[in-house]
Amino acid sequence: MTVGLFIPCYVDQFYPQVGIATLELLEKLGCKVHYPFGQTCCGQPMANSGYEHLAHSCNDLFVKNFDGFDYIVCPSGSCTLHIKDHLHATHAQAEASAQSIRRKIYELSEFLTDVLKVQHLQARFPYKVGMHQSCHGQRGLHISQMTELIADGYSKPGQLLNMVEGIELVELDRKDECCGFGGTFCVAEEAVSVKMGKDRVADHLHHNVQYITGVDMSCLMHMEGILKRQKSHVKVVHIAEILNNQQ
Amino acid sequence: MKDGPHNHVDLAEQFNADEARVNWHDETLWWVRQKRDKAAWQVPEWEQLREMASQVKLHTLSNLHDYLVQFEQNAQRNGITVHWAADAEEHNTIVHGILQKHGAKKLVKSKSMLTEECHLNEYLHEQGIDVIDTDLGERIVQLAGEGPSHIVLPCIHWKKEEIGVLFHEHLGTPEGCADPQLLTNAARLDLREKFLTRRVAITGVNFAIAETGELVVCTNEGNADMGAHLADVHIACMGIEKLIPQRKHLGVFLRLLARSATGQPITTYSSHFVKPLPGQELHIVLVDNGRTTQLGREDFRSSLKCIRCGACMNTCPVYRRSGGHSYHNAIAGPIGAILAPNLDMKQYADLPFASTLCGSCSNVCPVKIDIHQQLYKWRQVLTQEGHSPAAKTVAMKGMAAVLSKPGVYRFSGKVGRWFMRVMPWLVNNKLNPWYKQRDMPAPPKQSFGEWYKNREAGKK
Repeated sequence: MTVGLFIPCYVDQFYPQVGIATLELLEKLGCKVHYPFGQTCCGQPMANSGYEHLAHSCNDLFVKNFDGFDYIVCPSGSCTLHIKDHLHATHAQAEASAQSIRRKIYELSEFLTDVLKVQHLQARFPYKVGMHQSCHGQRGLHISQMTELIADGYSKPGQLLNMVEGIELVELDRKDECCGFGGTFCVAEEAVSVKMGKDRVADHLHHNVQYITGVDMSCLMHMEGILKRQKSHVKVVHIAEILNNQQ
Repeated sequence: MKDGPHNHVDLAEQFNADEARVNWHDETLWWVRQKRDKAAWQVPEWEQLREMASQVKLHTLSNLHDYLVQFEQNAQRNGITVHWAADAEEHNTIVHGILQKHGAKKLVKSKSMLTEECHLNEYLHEQGIDVIDTDLGERIVQLAGEGPSHIVLPCIHWKKEEIGVLFHEHLGTPEGCADPQLLTNAARLDLREKFLTRRVAITGVNFAIAETGELVVCTNEGNADMGAHLADVHIACMGIEKLIPQRKHLGVFLRLLARSATGQPITTYSSHFVKPLPGQELHIVLVDNGRTTQLGREDFRSSLKCIRCGACMNTCPVYRRSGGHSYHNAIAGPIGAILAPNLDMKQYADLPFASTLCGSCSNVCPVKIDIHQQLYKWRQVLTQEGHSPAAKTVAMKGMAAVLSKPGVYRFSGKVGRWFMRVMPWLVNNKLNPWYKQRDMPAPPKQSFGEWYKNREAGKK
């Protein structure tokens, strides 16, 4: 099985350890992973700002880079959802490839539970951890049940974290409230964005977590910025780093 | 609301100046969201009910012309006078005309978001007519000279102590009295006199049934009934999307409405108005005001399914932390943000951006409007129609140029991280809105791409 590894632009630039953990984890689980070197971004920053029409060349680049893999895996629910919902090719002959990519792209945790059907993991993380449900993975890709719906609960990332030795997952007061990152919202609506982030962080701190984890580094980056400003010792860590941790 | 800024960003920032108040506002509305959850969990078929409500509304919207004609015929047969208004102005003129015919200078009005949308109170005030809002929350904001901040809980942004001060000033309650029961009683006594002396009552409409030509009005306070039963003339104002085909469909909506709105199984009063009382006149004003335009917008048509429960506001993490008035529109919150641009793109171009697109609104919506998807689509439409700031367009073009060229992207990333490491003050300053209340991420020496390239080179 060949997997195309899609590392979101801000993860590539600011959180390379998340990309490394994702790659190592997939290789450990027997995948043949290739990282197309010409990749940049899913185009979401433009599209969510109302400039979908400026994302065409970004889309074409994505199709060029990720055509032909069995699967495309990305350590981000948000970028995965954007590709799944919005990827189109400018040229008609490439549109079939774009459609195929949309079907074959998976967020990391759902790829592990649904495609690789991982039952056991050799991982250890002996800390108290709060799980942040990033909205796009949860409400968009349905990787976890949503508290608004009257339906049975499940959580794909939760299922994986429970395979990790020594981890103590805490239950939050508001299980799936948005952290307020929201792409360009985080700077355009700075006041509300920060307030949402502070409130989310407070829920985790109230439960005495040592780490906040999640499937999206963007939410974690936002909460990390708030934690650091508060001089907190609590750290953020991407789920891939926990699942790949063997200390 | 008339002076000061008219965009969500600035109004929300003002609201956030008092953090303790934001916490109180957020927790109050979150409590309502939790009440909604508890009530919904009591109904095992909740998700099916939502789907059925959605289907009934979609069907009605697809056949709106026929149902409207059927409704009019049946209503007329019941002795109701039916008026048609193309827009807010015509609606206000029709209402004024009925008042003039009866020489009425005063009236009582129960909750009606449509009349808020049409700015009826302001219009009638200019014509020298005194309107008394009889819903307690509406009465409070009316005394305060404000509009409602929430479609179901109009004065949710007011604390009881502040209402005590307001009532002391207007209704003569004892100074410092903040007891909800005493304050409510004072409002009750004051309103009782208004109910008994006003000859005209305006009500809103929650549902209009095509099959029978009747109206259903839902309240918890009974104020719509009190007004309508005591007056000689009852005027019911409704948007044309309030229609449902048959009486049997009503149960679906009544089960969803109050549970979604406040977590009650049903509103205290769900009153059916079928025909005028003997000696009374009953008028219905059917209002379009942009609804047929919205019906013609394929991507936004389903926003007309809305039954005005307010659940999307209670769950919205942005609404809870920015307050209803930050939306500078009669209808606030996520639903307001997808309805308002239809009325005026320029004026409301900011609203679809007042969201993180978290999607919680779509999940609580009892009629399954894909609110967050429509917010995304409105962003595209508003930008294409030229309602985006020029500076933003320049920035986005720059971003698109960098991200579409891998070499430029890698180079900019490397240079950017170098500058952040060597000259952190370049980004750690007050010009960077991220940095105002958050630290920047630490820039690593090597990107993932650079690390990967080294690793692959090492393999060879």
